[in-house]
Amino acid sequence: MGTRAETTFIVVSIFWAFIGIVCPILLQFCMGKSPNKGIVQIMFIMTAVCCYLFWLCAFLFQLNPLVGPQLESNLIRVMQYEWFGIDPTGHHHVKTT
Amino acid sequence: MGSLFRSEDMTLCQLFLQSEAAYACVSELGELGLVQFRDLNPDVNAFQRKFVNEVRRCDEMERKLRFLEKEIRKDGIPMLDTGDNPDAPQPREMIDLEATFEKLESEMNDVNANSEALKKNFLELTELKHILRKTQAFFDESGVFKDYEADHHTMQAMHDPLIPDDDVQLLGEELGRHAGQALKLGYTDIQHGEINVFVAGVILRERIPAFERMLWRVCRGNVFLKQAEIDTRLEDPITGDRVDKTVFIIFFQGEQLKSRVKKICEGFRATLYPCPETQSDRREMSIGVMTRIEDLNTVLGQTQDHRHRLLVAAAKNIKVWFIKVRKIKAIYHTLNMFNLDVTQKCLISECWCPVADLDRIQQALKRGNERSGSSVPSILNRMSTRQEPPTYHRLNKFTVVFQNIVDAYGVASYREVNPAPWTIISFPFLFAIMFGDAGHGVIMLLFALYLVIMEKKLAPKMSADEIFGMFFNGRYIILLMGAFSIYTGLIYNDIFSKSLNIFGSAWKPDPSVYNTSSMDLKNYKINANNTVDRPYPFGLDPVWQLAINKITITNSLKMKISVIFGVCHMLFGLSLSLLNHRFFNKPLNVYFEFIPQLIFMCSIFGYLILLIFVKWLKFGPADTGKAPNLLIGLISMFLFQYEDPCKPTTCWYAGQKGFQITLVVVAVLCVPWMLLVKPYMLRKQHLEGKPHQYTLLNGDMSQDDELLEVVHHVDSETAYPGDDDGYQEKIGEDVCEIDLSTSRYNVHIDSLEKLMKVKPFDFSEVMITQAIHTIEYCLGCVSHTASYLRLWALSLAHAQLSEVLWTMVMTTALSFKIQWLSVIFIFVCFAFWACCSIVILVLMEGMSAFLHALRLHWVEFQSKFYKGEGYQFVPFSFDTMLAEYGLAE
Repeated sequence: MGTRAETTFIVVSIFWAFIGIVCPILLQFCMGKSPNKGIVQIMFIMTAVCCYLFWLCAFLFQLNPLVGPQLESNLIRVMQYEWFGIDPTGHHHVKTT
Repeated sequence: MGSLFRSEDMTLCQLFLQSEAAYACVSELGELGLVQFRDLNPDVNAFQRKFVNEVRRCDEMERKLRFLEKEIRKDGIPMLDTGDNPDAPQPREMIDLEATFEKLESEMNDVNANSEALKKNFLELTELKHILRKTQAFFDESGVFKDYEADHHTMQAMHDPLIPDDDVQLLGEELGRHAGQALKLGYTDIQHGEINVFVAGVILRERIPAFERMLWRVCRGNVFLKQAEIDTRLEDPITGDRVDKTVFIIFFQGEQLKSRVKKICEGFRATLYPCPETQSDRREMSIGVMTRIEDLNTVLGQTQDHRHRLLVAAAKNIKVWFIKVRKIKAIYHTLNMFNLDVTQKCLISECWCPVADLDRIQQALKRGNERSGSSVPSILNRMSTRQEPPTYHRLNKFTVVFQNIVDAYGVASYREVNPAPWTIISFPFLFAIMFGDAGHGVIMLLFALYLVIMEKKLAPKMSADEIFGMFFNGRYIILLMGAFSIYTGLIYNDIFSKSLNIFGSAWKPDPSVYNTSSMDLKNYKINANNTVDRPYPFGLDPVWQLAINKITITNSLKMKISVIFGVCHMLFGLSLSLLNHRFFNKPLNVYFEFIPQLIFMCSIFGYLILLIFVKWLKFGPADTGKAPNLLIGLISMFLFQYEDPCKPTTCWYAGQKGFQITLVVVAVLCVPWMLLVKPYMLRKQHLEGKPHQYTLLNGDMSQDDELLEVVHHVDSETAYPGDDDGYQEKIGEDVCEIDLSTSRYNVHIDSLEKLMKVKPFDFSEVMITQAIHTIEYCLGCVSHTASYLRLWALSLAHAQLSEVLWTMVMTTALSFKIQWLSVIFIFVCFAFWACCSIVILVLMEGMSAFLHALRLHWVEFQSKFYKGEGYQFVPFSFDTMLAEYGLAE
């Protein structure tokens, strides 16, 4: 769990905080007179809360995994080659993106 | 926040309208559509109401218009729909309209009657023409019968295909001879005392076989029938259908047979025509008939033209007329609900209207007064009442569908918190958790976008089709459902059962696997230490879609997500109930219902959620096999089962045993708190506050004589709405003032009684209600939390169906051995896969997830705070009335 996990966490949290906190406040001034202002604010807040919570669950679930994926060995070789660019001899080859 | 959060503040108003101005004012109110009138004459028979004659006239007018419309439709003339919305015409215009319709109807009737008579005539002449032509053939053959005895050949000639076989056989030679004789000799031979005659006529082709049989039976085979089919189809004057007919001619001897034959012809509704005997006569007649047919054709053409012109002129205005007549009728129906006061000069009604719109209603009344030119202004007077007002939510085209979902369960009680604005997001989101496939989400989103962007063009088509109408009405829901499904699909990393690797998988296989020579290591588990330095940043790692133990892992994730979202949803519902209690000012409910409910839920299920998060954060790859099982832990927490040296799987943080025991004890204590304290407090208040209960109405008994005084916005408080425990006293509540001047005006006794009713305090009833609430809540906590696991179940089902479809269909197609054939095979298989995807996965699963999300909202969420015992506000509005007619057509 290096710094990259935390940066992901911070970036995503800030994104949803923007949508869930900052946007409704902005709307308070932009849409001040409109009768639908309350509804739109509720929509923003609820979207942010639901989506953030959902992402957070998936993220924390994988943060400290207890079990790993069980794969066929051929598949592992393909994975190694395609995703990590390591050919069977163990050397890195040019990654095919 | 708009009125969608709570229903609108409504007030009961009294409306005093002068008789002259009443019509115009009601018309203006109908255009406005913000007022719901109460029927002040519910006992009065429909035929005894004041304006029953006007309503009858309107019905007459509508009937005439419908008749005209039917005629216009029959002729296929398009009716002009300008989208005009004319105001309801004045009563004097109504007379003009009536005259117009009367004239149109009588003209149409005349034209139709004439046309019918002409057509009948035409038909007769045509049939006569055909008869003359066909019988010519029959009589021609008679010329052959000069020598009938020896001429079998002529017999054969008679045996032509026009005669059915049995006729010839039955008749036999002798009769053939007789027939020939009859033909040859002519017909009436009175000298011999015999009358040989024939009749000619026309009958429907279908009836010919039965007709022949009847003739044969009745006349015992002594008649001779010849028939010939008419080639052209003739038009029946009444129905306008084209029918096949046959010409027949019957020869017989004797008066008796004649009467029998005539009767049979009548019975089969064959029309008989006088057919002249000699050839020259027939020819003359033929010519006469032809000229008459031509004349008739001309006249018929002119009649049709006249009719067409009439209908075209009517078609221009008919839509507008319909609208006007319906508006008039609606106004008079409403006026029938009014009460006439003692002086017979003024109409009075009661109506519900939103407080925020009182200004607009006043303006509408003013406009109505001006239009009718009345000198006396109308009066709108606010009244206080204990009745529960209707529930009114202001909706737009987006929110109306979500409000309908909530109202389908039950209309919100007056001024309680409305679940609809929260449902806008939570419903599609819960749907998306169950649907969870980005590819299918895209399909839904695109479909909904099409409906939304083309909504103006598609709106008229919507009323035609029921199923399409359903999809069209729900286009905004489908839009949100599709959008959120894309999001959850990306988090579950499931797009048509495939996963996306955007950020790089976190599971890197150990290089040692390449060095292993033993190929019987079929499966190699990438153990939890072989990860890169960060988890997959957005959603589930793509490797899981390929893994054999995918389901174990996704089950764990989805179940925990379900419980987390379930408990959060329920806690949210509970907090909405707090808002309700505070709004209706019921402190008892806050302290003795809300707080124990909250503590009960949090101490058990809130604690569970906390444990979930802590376990995720605290236990890693090093603790495989030692990590605590939360479910077992929860169960042993309840059963107080802790082993003596507490095992690390059960007690994994310091002080856990003590903490958990405390939580369970607190939760159990909440139950009597919920059950017993509130009834006791209510009883105490009842015993202390006895004097209060009976002083109900310090009504201001002064009667308001000044009908002509303009009274604006009398500031009386709207009453405290009744609810299930109306015993609870509002501290500092003003006793309502009732404007008892209404008692002069035949106000229905019931409303007065309701005003005076007081419920006696029954302790046992209160106790039982509270017990039911408590049991329902406590058991509901557990069962509803488990019920939220359907979020996991449906998403698992969807993912598996999707995967099976792919594996069974597309994989076989893509791995087809014969290369040149595989192109066609892939094409066919893709079509099959796409159809199944849409029908099974999008439509069927979508509907299933929709229903389950709906149930979760209706039962699990709303049972925490929603009463739903109100009734809908149905304002008197021309727009809704016309829309209903439009749908009914």
